[in-house]
Amino acid sequence: MYQYTDTDQTLVDERVAQFRRQTEQFLKGELSEDHYRALRLRNGVYIQTHAPLLRVAGPYGLLNSKQVRKLAHIARFYDKKYCHFTTRQNIQFNWPKLETIPDILAELASVQMHSIQTSGNCMRNTTTDHLAGVCVDEIEDPRPYCEIIRQWTTLHPEFDYLPRKFKIAVSGALHDRAATQFHDIGLHLVKNAEGEVGFKVIVGGGLGRTPIIGQVIKPYLEKKHLLSYLEAILRIYNLYGRRDNKYKARIKILVKESSLAKFSALVDKEWSHLKDNNELSSERIAAMCAQFSAPAYDDGAVDDQSFAQQQAADQAFATWVKHNTANHKVSGYRAAFVSLKAPDSPPGDMTDDQLDAVADLADTYSFGEIRVTHRQNLILADIKQADLYSLWQKLAELKLATPNIGTATDMICCPGLDFCSLANAGSIGIAKEINEALDDMDYIHDIGDLKINMSGCMNGCAHQSVGHIGILGVDKKGTEWYQLTLGGSSENNAAIGERLGPAVAKDQITQAIVTILDVYIKQRLEEESFLDMVNRVGITPFKEQVYATH
Amino acid sequence: MQLIKDQQIIDNTWQFIADTDELKSGDISMPLARWQGEKPQLLAHDGKLGVRISSADSVDELADDLEKLQLIELDFPDFADGRLFSQAWLLRGRYDYHGEIRAIGHFIPDQVFYLARVGVNAFSPETSEELPEIINKLKDFTVNYQSSIN
Ligand code: HEM
Ligand code: SF4
Repeated sequence: MYQYTDTDQTLVDERVAQFRRQTEQFLKGELSEDHYRALRLRNGVYIQTHAPLLRVAGPYGLLNSKQVRKLAHIARFYDKKYCHFTTRQNIQFNWPKLETIPDILAELASVQMHSIQTSGNCMRNTTTDHLAGVCVDEIEDPRPYCEIIRQWTTLHPEFDYLPRKFKIAVSGALHDRAATQFHDIGLHLVKNAEGEVGFKVIVGGGLGRTPIIGQVIKPYLEKKHLLSYLEAILRIYNLYGRRDNKYKARIKILVKESSLAKFSALVDKEWSHLKDNNELSSERIAAMCAQFSAPAYDDGAVDDQSFAQQQAADQAFATWVKHNTANHKVSGYRAAFVSLKAPDSPPGDMTDDQLDAVADLADTYSFGEIRVTHRQNLILADIKQADLYSLWQKLAELKLATPNIGTATDMICCPGLDFCSLANAGSIGIAKEINEALDDMDYIHDIGDLKINMSGCMNGCAHQSVGHIGILGVDKKGTEWYQLTLGGSSENNAAIGERLGPAVAKDQITQAIVTILDVYIKQRLEEESFLDMVNRVGITPFKEQVYATH
Repeated sequence: MQLIKDQQIIDNTWQFIADTDELKSGDISMPLARWQGEKPQLLAHDGKLGVRISSADSVDELADDLEKLQLIELDFPDFADGRLFSQAWLLRGRYDYHGEIRAIGHFIPDQVFYLARVGVNAFSPETSEELPEIINKLKDFTVNYQSSIN
């Protein structure tokens, strides 16, 4: 895992000092609301329904136990004893006091963390595959490139006042677990015909009100050109992106309105001036890769016999292993999910005590590292199979072992009406209701792989448009209604969900979900997943049943 | 009126002439369109010459004229409009401009560190109270992660 140099630490400390001065100026009335707003957003500070919200960067989702303990401490002393993990691998505190935020940032800086550029119209936290470095289908570990991009984007002097926010995601595996096709820029590590590894560059994807699948702008970019090519894209976007209408200001609209061919010609022209001057040296890449070298795995881990026996003896453990662990490239190891989707707690939330306990588990079992997934769970990535049983028992005591990863109750859900001033409708309450309706784990496991995403308004923070089932809160004359979509996906087979029909009333939405799942159970082919069935039969069979009684 | 140039507070010696103003003697700056429309007469002028551009202007149009210009003013319509950051970069990084680049209009003191990095070397704030603040904020950071102009 990357360790700060003196430069990193100085930069983050100076940023804290800068924000402290700005906040003091604002509180003394020397800085206008409008100016302070732009500055606080660039430090992750939103003002929402009840209080400021602080969004802390989880650099490509990777945290160490010390950092997680610091999050626990912040939750305990500055907030209401919990925090929230987001779909972009960040961490949110919902109740800090504005005056204390500079102190919180200083606490974060002491463990090599910050909240720089986690909101505002600038380049945001770079995200990646939560199984980076351990998955079995990897071409190359994307994290060194994420860190190179993190540094390049952080306090970039030219691109801090973009037309709109700008998000980059990197994937190094065959299976895209980072939703790269729905980012402003998506990067895929790929091999060319000569067997060299470089980047496929995707541009112009995005969610929000106008979901668009990104397009390939460079099928193969040599690694040494990574930063010069990003610079060319950003400069063209900064100069030509629309600034007249904030709903048309994302790069996806520029690419769409100008056509990929024209946009790409502009970028190439700009890049032709830059590419030979600003190369990423192979030494720099090698040094960065060394920061992410594999931990000291135990060669003997695979010899363990207890794992198979424990699964045979304990059905509940076997179920958890099946759903909440993933294959690891080193035999004898698995990656274990920490489910933040317990039925009675808001999706993605974690208490101070749970944070501390998971930090301890990471130290005991997983080289002290913890990752955040883009579906709002955590992962302990390097667990010896012999340790899984005791890990599972401890997670279960913490209510972090609900065996539902990738299933119907592993919902992504935005804060909705409970916390967000833009919301049309509640989402946390609906998630809870759906959880209660689907309280039979066997039924959930029978349904299998299913991604339900729910947002409280069309800003789409919870990616409803790419959910296998998407739920979108809409306002009808001051009452809460929900629009359903089916068939979305943010993975390799990227797709935007299709509208099922008219919005459904609040007291009908859970029943509608149950009906959709019943149709699937009755009409699926053997081994056919929900998404595959929707792709095969379309929405009609679902529509007929959901609207049958209305 | 005072401004900051190369970290020092100095007096402004330039005058701005709008499209329809009469020519004045001394150092003058003007909108891009006037420069483009009256180049021959202006080149005979007795003082130094400058051009004022705003976000929507393209500095590419000035590329061939830069050695005749001692000042480029970047006129911020709104501090959130970041196009002028790239225009400044292009003037220095692409067109090798060595004259004064001055931020004017609605930029804010909290942006001067970044503006200086992309090549702006003079700042003319809306009120003179901001002058010392700008000098301080030019020193907000002692380190950086990426190359730019400075
Ligand atoms: C409660 C405070 C929040 C407010 C006011 C808020 C506001 C917004 C707005 C206005 C957009 C639309 C931006 C656009 O279309 O360009 C947006 C998108 C988004 N937000 Fe939030 N949000 C909040 C909380 C969250 C949370 C908790 C998450 C994470 C779970 C989140 C993640 C996202 C994501 C991933 C997008 C979509 C970005 C894209 O277009 O690719 N937001 N949010
Ligand atoms: S989707 Fe809408 S309601 Fe939900 S957090 Fe985002 S802005 Fe708020």
